[in-house]
Amino acid sequence: MTRLLAALAIMTSAFAAQAEEVTTYTLDNGMEVVVIEDNRAPVVVHMVWYKVGSADEPVGASGVAHYLEHLLFKGTDILAPGEFSETVAANGGSDNAFTSYDYTAYFQRVASDRLELMMQMESNRMNNLQISAGDIETERQVVLEERNQRTENNPNALANEQFRAAQFQNHRYGVPIIGWKHEMEELSLQDALDFYDLYYSPNNAILVVAGDVDPEEVLALARTYYGVIPAEPHLPERVRPEEPPQRAERRITYVDPRVSQPYLIRSYLAPERDPGAQEEAAALVYLAELLGGSSFTSDLGRALQFDAQTAVYTNASYSGSALDDTTFSFAIVPADGVTLSEAEAAMDQVIADFMTAEIDPARMESIRTQLRASEIYALDDVSGLARRYGAALTQGLTVEDVQAWPDILQAVTVEDIKSVAEKVFNRDQAVTGWVVASQEEAR
Amino acid sequence: MLRILIALCLTIVATTARAEIDIIEVTSEGGINAWVVEEPSIPFVAMEIRFRGGANLDLLGKRGATNLMMGLLEEGSGEMSAQDFQTAREALAASYSFRASDDLVSISAQFLTENKPEALALLRQALVDPTFDQDALDRVRAQVLSAIASDAKDPNTIAGATFDAAAFGDHPYGTAIDGTIESVNALTREDMFDAHRNALARDRLYVSVVGDVTAAQVGPMLDELLGALPAEGAPLPEDVPFGLEGGITVVDYDTPQSVALFGHGGMKRDDEDFFAAFIVNHVLGAGGFESRLMTEVREKRGLTYGIGTALVPKFHAEMMIGRVASSNETIAEAIEVTRNEWRRMAEEGMTAEELEFAKTYLTGEYPLRFDGNSEIAKIMVGMQMIDLPPSYVTDRNDFIDAVTLEDINRVAAELLRPEDLHFVVVGKPEGLTSTN
Repeated sequence: MTRLLAALAIMTSAFAAQAEEVTTYTLDNGMEVVVIEDNRAPVVVHMVWYKVGSADEPVGASGVAHYLEHLLFKGTDILAPGEFSETVAANGGSDNAFTSYDYTAYFQRVASDRLELMMQMESNRMNNLQISAGDIETERQVVLEERNQRTENNPNALANEQFRAAQFQNHRYGVPIIGWKHEMEELSLQDALDFYDLYYSPNNAILVVAGDVDPEEVLALARTYYGVIPAEPHLPERVRPEEPPQRAERRITYVDPRVSQPYLIRSYLAPERDPGAQEEAAALVYLAELLGGSSFTSDLGRALQFDAQTAVYTNASYSGSALDDTTFSFAIVPADGVTLSEAEAAMDQVIADFMTAEIDPARMESIRTQLRASEIYALDDVSGLARRYGAALTQGLTVEDVQAWPDILQAVTVEDIKSVAEKVFNRDQAVTGWVVASQEEAR
Repeated sequence: MLRILIALCLTIVATTARAEIDIIEVTSEGGINAWVVEEPSIPFVAMEIRFRGGANLDLLGKRGATNLMMGLLEEGSGEMSAQDFQTAREALAASYSFRASDDLVSISAQFLTENKPEALALLRQALVDPTFDQDALDRVRAQVLSAIASDAKDPNTIAGATFDAAAFGDHPYGTAIDGTIESVNALTREDMFDAHRNALARDRLYVSVVGDVTAAQVGPMLDELLGALPAEGAPLPEDVPFGLEGGITVVDYDTPQSVALFGHGGMKRDDEDFFAAFIVNHVLGAGGFESRLMTEVREKRGLTYGIGTALVPKFHAEMMIGRVASSNETIAEAIEVTRNEWRRMAEEGMTAEELEFAKTYLTGEYPLRFDGNSEIAKIMVGMQMIDLPPSYVTDRNDFIDAVTLEDINRVAAELLRPEDLHFVVVGKPEGLTSTN
């Protein structure tokens, strides 16, 4: 039996002219199901999201979540190595997977009448992985080359890795998703299988199906293929080491001759979107827009790129999509002849001025309008909507939270923003990083 | 009077999916052609505008002018400063992007139904009445110079620049569209007005519009938006032969993983063998995990995270290129395997099973592309630029299916010339040295 939680098209926002049509269920074994209907094209995106990511890895085995993601293409009791993707391609579709701090997800994009075949294969590899010793070795080389490509060859990525390690000293957000190189080199088949056996189970997974489908038919297929997989009784509660209170500012300087021009980053610990409590996160979205969203109209852009030629690039950014505490960050690339100290002082002056000045109501209205419009534009990309639900549900939010978010964003006031800014802009909870080609530039 | 030329209901048939799309061809009173798809289900419009020519039209000594000019279209026009313009755009929640590439300049716009007139008026002002203020010019120039500095230290860009310079020499394809520090520093306001007049002209214009709009509205809309642009732009450049011979060029750069860009001459898009070449490229290196190069270099040997090839028919030259990255210790082996696969496909062709597999994928994947207003608008404007008719969307899969194994093996032998492959390798590759 399946328990029907909700099966109705929901208007997500009083402001939006329309919203995505979403149907949700929970299977008896605990697997959540989200169906998003869009009948404009005969396409379906089929995704399975596991509520496990790199931040759930055991100490010493960094990179195992991502390594396992690669190994899931290496065969099961009924699928030969490579046969999964080959079958998807033979049906005119494409497939891939991705790993983040909080989730690991697998997806296929195919003609909607091929959905059943995708479910058949994806449900098979939830429990029946079979990997040869040779594939283990070769694929470890592949992920090491992936690290080379993404990180070792890229000074900005290396700097960012050092930066996160300084920001998160106890929480696993401080360890790179792809893993530390020395630990990746030692990952074994057993490391991967231990992780797989524990976390890849229906009660730790979310099925998201988006596109030209009938929700009732999707549910019937989900029951047939995923509903029969037993729940994992030993699935641990998802508790991670928390970051201790940060009581002192941290500063790093990363030197790499491959850096083309000096820049600085500042980040502050900040709250993420929490179930039933997304208001602070919503205010932080506005704060990022006001301070550094657009180089033309934001406070940083106007002060550092227009009123004075202090910087060639300014930005403030915040993403509330995380299971645990996240960051609010700034990035500045100084103009030619401006030192990092001068640029940092100019940035801090903008932040200080923001705290004492009134927020322009016209800017508030403009951001509100853009957020409302972004919900309409988002409807054009059904894969994007699927990712939105998958990510949120693996990061502790509910479908109701996802659907309440646009309205919560519309309701943010200037008082909310000032109050969250007071809380977040605490230098004792900040990391400042300078990224330079040589020590001489670090001044 | 608006004249609607053709309204076609096109059905894309594959063994796996059918997609239906109504493309309406419109010619405005002022003579502007556009392809329109009416899709009222979401209250916004996606518009794609292209002008042929692009950065190829940079005048002698003015490299980077077209690129800088496009960057300035959002930096002040009419009576508005850069900040005024962006404030107005943000209040409408419209998005515009202005980009230059070697063969074209492109404008992409998205705007809500409720703001249609205001969003179009603002876009019109940016396109036909830019001011190119000196302070905006200096500010964006600094951004371009910053990008040029970044490119000079990026292994992939270094490889691309080295390859292009050797393949195309003095032709515009031989140098980066950003220009050099010297050329960009020398650009003036007058150069911006010249570049604008040369690039944005109605004799090289292509438009597609998809979304909450009717075909009848599009003609007058486009006359208002683009009618004030000059009728004729600057002459297009000459064609250029691919001028790089087989060999290896090593660019010494201290980084742990070498990146290689490789290729030789290719095939024109209108060649009767193009679809055969397209399938050959797919099976060799463009078919993702299923391609021979991914199988041999990544899956079997673990030498790379990714390798891919592409058939690149530009407007004035053709090439077949690929990219691979591998540790300094293993790049030589990755290159050897790549060259061997190139040779194997040239000499032995592919099997009937491989061809069938590729056809199933390519015909099945095609209808899946038409899955959003923005996607459809981009596909339609691209088709117009290479002279394809709207009916191509229904005929395309037949073109794929019509390719025979004999075609494939004949074309593979002509197209793929392992001895002509030139590899530009950036890094500290072990066991590789430049050949000349």
